[in-house]
Amino acid sequence: MSWPVKTIAERTGDLLPGSPWTASVYVLLTILAVTAFMTVTGLVLIYAERKIAAHFQCRLGPMRVGWHGVLQTIADALKLLLKEDIVPRDADALLHILAPVLSFAGMLLVMIALPMSPSLQVADMNIGVLYVTAVSGLGVLGILLGGWSSNNKWSLLGAMRAGAQIISYEVSATLALLVVVLFSGTLQLSGIVQSQEAGWWIWRAHGCGIVAFAIFLIAGTAEINRTPFDLAEGESELTAGFHTEYSGLRFSFFFLSEFLNMFVLAAMTSTLFLGGWMPLHIGHFAVFNGVMDIIPPGLWFTLKTTAMIFLIMWFRWTFPRLRVDQLMRLEWKILLPIGFVNLFVSAACVVTGCYFFAR
Amino acid sequence: MEAPNLIAAVQALQPDATVRAQSDRPTLIVPAHALVALATRLRDDPALRFDLLETHTAVDWLDEDRLELLYLLTSVPLGHHLTLSVSVDRDAPVVPTLCKVYPIAEWLEREAYDMFGILYDDHPDLRRLFLEDDWVGFPLRKDYEDDFMLERPE
Amino acid sequence: MSVHVSTLQARISGESTASSPLSTEEYFVNMGPQHPSTHGVLRLVLRLDGETVREVVPVLGYIHRGIEKMGEHGNYRQFVHLVDRMDYLSALANNWAVTMVVEKAAKMETNDRIQAIRTLVCELQRIQSHQLWWGVFGMDLGAFTPFFYGLRDREQICDIFEKTIGARLTMNYIQPGGVMYDIHPDFVKDVKAFLTYFKSKMPEYDALMTENVIIQERLRGIGKLSAERAIALGATGPVLRASGVAHDLRKSEPYGLYSQVDFDVPVGTTGDCWDRYWVRMEEMRQSVRIVEQLIDNIPEGKTFLVKPAAKIKVPAGVHYSHVETARGVLGVLLVSNGKDAPYRIHCRTPNFNNLWCIGEMATGGRIGDLVATLSSIDIVVPDIDR
Repeated sequence: MSWPVKTIAERTGDLLPGSPWTASVYVLLTILAVTAFMTVTGLVLIYAERKIAAHFQCRLGPMRVGWHGVLQTIADALKLLLKEDIVPRDADALLHILAPVLSFAGMLLVMIALPMSPSLQVADMNIGVLYVTAVSGLGVLGILLGGWSSNNKWSLLGAMRAGAQIISYEVSATLALLVVVLFSGTLQLSGIVQSQEAGWWIWRAHGCGIVAFAIFLIAGTAEINRTPFDLAEGESELTAGFHTEYSGLRFSFFFLSEFLNMFVLAAMTSTLFLGGWMPLHIGHFAVFNGVMDIIPPGLWFTLKTTAMIFLIMWFRWTFPRLRVDQLMRLEWKILLPIGFVNLFVSAACVVTGCYFFAR
Repeated sequence: MEAPNLIAAVQALQPDATVRAQSDRPTLIVPAHALVALATRLRDDPALRFDLLETHTAVDWLDEDRLELLYLLTSVPLGHHLTLSVSVDRDAPVVPTLCKVYPIAEWLEREAYDMFGILYDDHPDLRRLFLEDDWVGFPLRKDYEDDFMLERPE
Repeated sequence: MSVHVSTLQARISGESTASSPLSTEEYFVNMGPQHPSTHGVLRLVLRLDGETVREVVPVLGYIHRGIEKMGEHGNYRQFVHLVDRMDYLSALANNWAVTMVVEKAAKMETNDRIQAIRTLVCELQRIQSHQLWWGVFGMDLGAFTPFFYGLRDREQICDIFEKTIGARLTMNYIQPGGVMYDIHPDFVKDVKAFLTYFKSKMPEYDALMTENVIIQERLRGIGKLSAERAIALGATGPVLRASGVAHDLRKSEPYGLYSQVDFDVPVGTTGDCWDRYWVRMEEMRQSVRIVEQLIDNIPEGKTFLVKPAAKIKVPAGVHYSHVETARGVLGVLLVSNGKDAPYRIHCRTPNFNNLWCIGEMATGGRIGDLVATLSSIDIVVPDIDR
């Protein structure tokens, strides 16, 4: 059974010959929907993080605003919007204002390539994987600029750490990603999802998948600056790192993009290694596959992404932070060699067809 | 080492040291110029081994117009204590520094300078410790006064 | 006079050249007085070469309240109350240090019940202080969760104190001539319940922090202090013991009922952050042992042997006593002229001397190491500035 994929971009294209106006209204509605989706996701993630953290730490977390504090993040967002927006006198005002926007834009651009279900994907590029890797690199630009333009030594240190860290870990993340590209034989994200119809790459690839998954998760956590790799913020060392001098709305942009980056990472991990919206199939076991197909693809995606997000949050509330040189050692001396070896082994597996349910 | 033996042993090193009365620990009054040499020998003598300068501070004897400097030494391996007392003139309180013998003296002496205005000759970094650099006066001296000072209730 | 007095400005505006062959520039950064990991209002001026710390210049005095001067303006009982505000995490040990010097000088009597209660509450407070340190240490290393675990367990001890003493932080409990109040009827039961509870939580502490590979990587070999240097720099308490010197006043000059209880003094080997961590973890276990031995054997008797309003007169002279607080040796030097108020009172505080080691420990490390080292000293800033 093949899954017909219809992206929003394609649907707009279908509308275009009929009436350009219908198409543009459709595009406008889509943009609104994506923005709304992101905001809601961000708020939900922040709430989830606070609740999960609280329960890890033997406390309740927000309980006062709404039922079990569900409206707490909305109240916080309102507070941030109303706060005074400070640009330090000696800061580079233009870059200081631009930085959070850049950071947010990088995350936003990744969003359009994510396949959330066969019918819910904004654009399905044939070089989707490459696109995601390239565009997610934009976020570091925002952090670097933000730290530099603040004209604060702590911010600059945080920005430099972030720059070194994100660029280093991107290498490993890409190597891990290539393993999946090798196995699936396509760079198209929907194609990668389709290729997992007989089973997820995490277990089909004789161990290569698990290794790549682990590397991708570690490198990805480092790329989004979360504990144990939150050196760019490192609040016990650098007060608040690159966003020390940010307040109000601009701070909330950094904050929101951090959380949405986590969503992007979780979504990418589940797309590449856990089959994305594809139900759990095992080869040719028709009955089992049939039962799994009952759950709609969108729900599968949500479940997998939620599980990954929970895992990343679990890291954060368990581990302490690495030191800056240990961080670099982990990347260049441990993850990168393993990543390369893993890539070669996977290549051998693909060439010999030595993996489960090879076509 | 018991107190009488200890005093005898130190007096053997420094014959002009006299016992200070009214002290619960063995306390010897030594002249300021002999301080560094004596402290070095107290630290290095295998029978004494006063390796820890537990604290150092001063007392302002306003009536007698002198500052008394107290050095409380402890021997960690041998477990005995000795106090050295040095008296200096209130108006020209210059004493040699013990930084070379006990590194911790660097801070303790800065505190004593900050609070009593005692000047430590040859101190590597003599400046105020707690108060600002431009503070006027030395607060723990008995004749110190400023606008917001407490009055002792009688 | 020939003695030259310097200023902070002169101190930090000296020549600075980077040692790296690359053309890099060293720079000064103010860490504090408002900084998340300086535990209050400590200010460190750092000379940095990139991420590497070249020099640490502590700048003190942001919470200097002149406790020694205030002490000269009140009587002895009032001074007990002031020392609560020095090292507020071991207020009881501070009380005891003053009490001890006054009792010794004025030859006041105590009985075994008083000493047993003092020993018990001081050991409980040592556990409480180390719990807080453990949590904050985790937070300084970037792990938030230990903080809540530590505070959660500390709360139980605070509750025990609140029942007996009425305060949770600044106790003013151990007084010359006794203790302020008798123990609460529930005290023994509560302490036993706490011990049972805490012993089941210690493995949790180990699982969360001690056995974590990142913690071990971050701490081992960082902030080393050799035994000789530690003594020369005046370090005491867990910092000195981590360097391998088994100097503990509870053993070497027993006071209270410490001579009657059986406990070990944990010592480290290399004096790095890990050893300081380990020594404190072990001290918590030893304190549990001490409390266990004493809790069933509190003798009967009075808990206050003098009238609370009685004037205490100390014979003229120099008196000195010291106790082992959770952070090291706290000594009180009392110079009396025979009146009911001290002529001069000086506190030798453990943090003051321990902080002095930071320059030696942190130079050459990264900023992250500096934070870990600073936290492993377990400083309480009001105790430094007094």
